[in-house]
Amino acid sequence: MSRKIIEMHSIVKNYYIGTPNELHILKDISLEVEEGDFVSIVGASGSGKSTLMNMIGVLDRPTSGEYVLDGIPIRKMNDNQLSDVRNKKIGFVFQTFNLIPRNNALKNVELPMLYAGVERKKRLERAKELLTLVGMGDRMDHQPNELSGGQKQRVAIARALANDPAILLADEPTGALDSSTGRLVMDLFHKVHEQDGKTIVLITHNPELAEETNRVVTLHDGMIVDDRPGSGKAAE
Amino acid sequence: MFLKENIILAISGLRSNKMRAFLTMLGIIIGIGSVIAIVSIGDAVTNNVSDTMAGLGANNIYVYVAPNENDSIYGQMDGSGTQKMDDSDLLTIEQIERVQKKFSNEISDVAIYESAGSGKAQDGHLYANVSIYGANPGFGSVQNVDVQRGRFLQDRDINGSRRVAVVSDKLVSNMFEEGTDPLGKKINVDTADGVNTYTIVGVYKYVQQGMAGMGMGVADKDITTTMYIPVTVAKETSENQNYSTFEIKLKHVNDTHAFTDRIEAYMKHLYENNPKYTCTAYNMENMLSSVTSMMGTISIAIAAIAAIALIVGGIGVMNIMLVSVTERTREIGTRKALGARSSYIRMQFIVESVIICVIGGIIGIITGIGLAAAGVALLKMKLVISLPVIFISVGFSMLIGIFFGYYPAKKASQLDPIEALRYE
Ligand SMILES: Nc1ncnc2c1ncn2[C@@H]1O[C@H](COP(=O)(O)OP(=O)(O)O)[C@@H](O)[C@H]1O
Ligand SMILES: [Mg+2]
Repeated sequence: MSRKIIEMHSIVKNYYIGTPNELHILKDISLEVEEGDFVSIVGASGSGKSTLMNMIGVLDRPTSGEYVLDGIPIRKMNDNQLSDVRNKKIGFVFQTFNLIPRNNALKNVELPMLYAGVERKKRLERAKELLTLVGMGDRMDHQPNELSGGQKQRVAIARALANDPAILLADEPTGALDSSTGRLVMDLFHKVHEQDGKTIVLITHNPELAEETNRVVTLHDGMIVDDRPGSGKAAE
Repeated sequence: MFLKENIILAISGLRSNKMRAFLTMLGIIIGIGSVIAIVSIGDAVTNNVSDTMAGLGANNIYVYVAPNENDSIYGQMDGSGTQKMDDSDLLTIEQIERVQKKFSNEISDVAIYESAGSGKAQDGHLYANVSIYGANPGFGSVQNVDVQRGRFLQDRDINGSRRVAVVSDKLVSNMFEEGTDPLGKKINVDTADGVNTYTIVGVYKYVQQGMAGMGMGVADKDITTTMYIPVTVAKETSENQNYSTFEIKLKHVNDTHAFTDRIEAYMKHLYENNPKYTCTAYNMENMLSSVTSMMGTISIAIAAIAAIALIVGGIGVMNIMLVSVTERTREIGTRKALGARSSYIRMQFIVESVIICVIGGIIGIITGIGLAAAGVALLKMKLVISLPVIFISVGFSMLIGIFFGYYPAKKASQLDPIEALRYE
């Protein structure tokens, strides 16, 4: 477990909302995540967690600093290359689920594979396998508006795993769920981590959930102020 | 790129909001529908006219005396433009015969005729409406008069000014009992000039001429048919003894155009010294092409209106596509996060716009054909559906979809994924 999936050096993100107002959202972030790790990022609202996640997920480019993802330096990549990196290396899970409307669960899980050019038969096979893994095998033809929040998030996790990404990136995945449903979703992350050895970066407000992970990174005002091992899975 | 998936996606999107989809398509439906309707009706009319003209002898040449348009002083002299022609301005029978002799290699027959008004053949309560035509023997062949019994007019009828007539089978069935041999029978014809008696020497088969529907509202037995009498007999009651027009049938049909020009040059030469009149020649092809070009003008006007409808329709599509892009900002952000390249997003929205336009175009084609069928039925003509026009319409709909969908699609593809994901 020595291979590094995320290598960030002195990442800075500024927003210019007209001079002289320069907003410093991320200030000199250096972060390394090893393959197979389960890291949580915590911090107050507005501390820059989502901005950092967008950076890790190459949705955004840093103002300065170096970022190497799974051995690939992303600084010089063009937009199409970044799209392809997101497609193959990153699995996003959002707080608001973000399933594509009018596409049933199966179609949603197929989508990243469609963009990756996977042939139809393989797509179907893999999508069914993943939906079964997340416990949604019996609702594959349901439309997003026919699913509960917890079910939607499970479909979203299946979708995030579709192209077997290097990282599963989740931005407050339980934030819109009640605690018991949130618990089930959290258990699913543990299952994916333990069974597949998937590298997971989880952003959360919930300190208890953060403690369950291997490593807790605390962000404050755009800077990493604490980085320690998790205290282990809370009372079972 | 993922064409099939995009098409399925676009259709399911349209189905989820049918009313909006329909309203979006309306401009396209109206534009394409009106083009199809007008083109189909135009084709039907053109076909009908050319059929009619072919029936009249598309390869015949018509020669007629006309006011000299180049000389505006004379044209305006009496204000109305309808000047009285006198015999010195008209063609003599000798002149016509000379034409026929001079061009005997080309001319098969020449028809001369003189309208002698209309009248009513009567015998007790039996009657038949006729329009009376003085004709020469050549008329029968030039106009393809289909004589079924007896004969057409002959030289001896003309030279002797005999009171004989060639009548239609319709007149025969109106005037005589079934089985009666009409040949040699006398009929009394009541005209403005009094009652004249003619002996029937021939019966021809009546064919309804001109636009179908011209006899609309007239009972079958009241239909007016032509009765041919010797032109010399017709001339007895006519103001002029000479002729204002004659018609030529050619031996060979392929040189109509060139020969029309030669005849016209020859005839104009005869009128060189006449300041008021000249003599012109034309053929049905000329006339057909003028009808066609008139239809063309109408079509251009309609096409302009349709183009405006299509542009308005296209703008409507663009408007809805822009709304759709805004509504789906989050979806676009999600797709980009899942790895969709900008070009995939652009394709998705262009396909959607094209699908809207093509479905609208197809509904428009169906509507247009329906309208054309109704219009053509009203005119009692045959519906002609032009496949090229249908394919062009579908193709054009696609182009509108691409053209007006491009800007919204580009806008969607250029959305910043982070902004799009944050969008509430
Ligand atoms: N496009 C932007 N322009 C200006 N400020 C922004 C923009 N996006 C985010 N921010 C600011 O960056 C800060 C961090 O935001 P975010 O990363 O979403 O925080 P968190 O996820 O920790 O709540 C916030 O103060 C937010 O207002
Ligand atoms: Mg956030």
